[in-house]
Amino acid sequence: MPLPSTYFEYPFRRPGMDHARYAYSNLFERKPVRWPRGAPVALWIVPTLEFFPLDMAPKGVKPPGGLDRPYPDFWNYTLRDYGNRVGAARIFRALEARGLKASVAMSSRLAERYPHLLQEANRLDFEIVGHGIDMQHVHTSGIAAETERDWVRQSFHTLRRLSGQEVKGWYSPAYSESHDTLDLVAAEGCEYVCDWVNDDMPYRLETKAGPIHAMPHAYEISDLQLFHFYKYKPAQFVEQVMDHFELLYREAATSGGRIVALSLRPWISGVPHRIAAVEQVLEAMLRRGGVWSASGREILAAWKAQQ
Amino acid sequence: MPVEDPGLYDYLPYYDRPKIEWPNGARLAFWCAPNIEHYELDPPPNPSRTPWPRPVPDVLHYASRDYGNRAGIWRMMAAMDRYGVRGSISLNVAVCDHFPDVARACSERGWEFFSHGVYNTRYTYNMSEEQERAFIEDVKASIFKWSGQQLSGWLAPALTLTERTMDLLAEAGVTYTLDLFHDDQPLPVNVRKGRLISVPYSLEINDFTTLFQGNCTPRDYTDTIKAQFDRLYMEGAEGGRVMCLPLHPFLVGQPHRMKQFEEALDYITSHDGVWLATGREIATHYLTHCYDAFVAAIAAHKKA
Repeated sequence: MPLPSTYFEYPFRRPGMDHARYAYSNLFERKPVRWPRGAPVALWIVPTLEFFPLDMAPKGVKPPGGLDRPYPDFWNYTLRDYGNRVGAARIFRALEARGLKASVAMSSRLAERYPHLLQEANRLDFEIVGHGIDMQHVHTSGIAAETERDWVRQSFHTLRRLSGQEVKGWYSPAYSESHDTLDLVAAEGCEYVCDWVNDDMPYRLETKAGPIHAMPHAYEISDLQLFHFYKYKPAQFVEQVMDHFELLYREAATSGGRIVALSLRPWISGVPHRIAAVEQVLEAMLRRGGVWSASGREILAAWKAQQ
Repeated sequence: MPVEDPGLYDYLPYYDRPKIEWPNGARLAFWCAPNIEHYELDPPPNPSRTPWPRPVPDVLHYASRDYGNRAGIWRMMAAMDRYGVRGSISLNVAVCDHFPDVARACSERGWEFFSHGVYNTRYTYNMSEEQERAFIEDVKASIFKWSGQQLSGWLAPALTLTERTMDLLAEAGVTYTLDLFHDDQPLPVNVRKGRLISVPYSLEINDFTTLFQGNCTPRDYTDTIKAQFDRLYMEGAEGGRVMCLPLHPFLVGQPHRMKQFEEALDYITSHDGVWLATGREIATHYLTHCYDAFVAAIAAHKKA
């Protein structure tokens, strides 16, 4: 059976992307931005606090860290829960000790279950970012639009009510979106999303509710990629994050302020044998000087003001 | 019909072959093959392969590849410029239509354009002979349009082929294929009509298999490249060898990998006796000076 003739039709083969969400743009041909006090690097730390329910259904997209042993999978359930009980406290302390800002992405179910985490985030002046309801509510095509709208609303409304913050950022569980996710989160007042890992700087996304922005979430140096998937040792994690940081720091001299995003999950980075690696990179970056620690919202606002 | 052996090449003992002499007595022809690709957000289905691990839109995997054309390629290109290494691009030709700046930057540098199909999400699997022939012609025309070059080399899109691919490539005037990984030297490929050779590409030191699939740290990546180079360079004293460094801007162009990539280029280019070539230059030299001797050696080995 030959392929249908449509296999040789290329409806989007023309200048630009093969969709209408954003325009193509060469990173090195953009207007350089200047961060406060001329800092070469904005440091955007994104601790991600996720609730993995014991009864999460084994179907659809499996989120990284998702429970995959037969029910009741106490092994994985408690390892993830460890992150929210112990690991998060370690990460928060490491940030507090260095006076660093953060954007905390959180499952709204977790905010309801462990109110202490939100209180701590507020006490430390961390931004709260919507991260879905929990890790079994993975946004993908095939979910009815009304259902997904309810999920988005529930996540934003719960986090806003419990934190007292506006909550303007969104990070989809497992970086997974449906065709509608961007429209739905924008309709709920979202200003930026963390799911598109194709850039080192913010860029504009089009939605049915007006433009929002993609923030560069640096998946390649996330603890998820380096520790969980690549199985790097802590020393290798430090090398990678610092090589990333140093290159962007140098690039800033010719291309304008850059962003280093550190995406941390407490069930990965908050364990005793890894937390020192996180502290080490924070120390090394601060020692370098010229690092502006800021929330996603602050970085985006500074960037937007210069476009 | 599935067969036990594709019959595309014949056995030839690795040592005691006709001696390949590269220009200026070089021991090693080194060439760099950046894969300049685009993966469609919502490609049509092919019965043999699902394009994305997740349901469309697979935002995570789409975006990770899109990084290459927005950011990675420009860093990779600047590093190659610094070391005087030209690229031979394994091109999804639709990239020229989508991102003409990328195509122009490659063309301005005098880089070779060779085929990697139309998109990396349109597979050759299940094409009829007629469809595959038309597909090759589309690619050929696009490459000529965007570079003024005649198509010489072919790495099948996403390394997907049919049993007929090699015959059709030779028929279309392609001189070298990169889909065969059976040797460290170019060799004749058995085709219905015309001449086709295999030129060594690499899945062993490819950034895709090392950095991406192999969980190799960038430091290990550099060590792997150096070790590959050292051995081929040593063997090159007995007859020219080929070393290809395949690249993907979305991988090697990441900030945390640039230093290690540059170190590898620095190591290779600081040796004497290395011919910094393109795929086409290697193929042309081999076809002109070595092909006949290799055909004769293969025939003699068969008889013996």
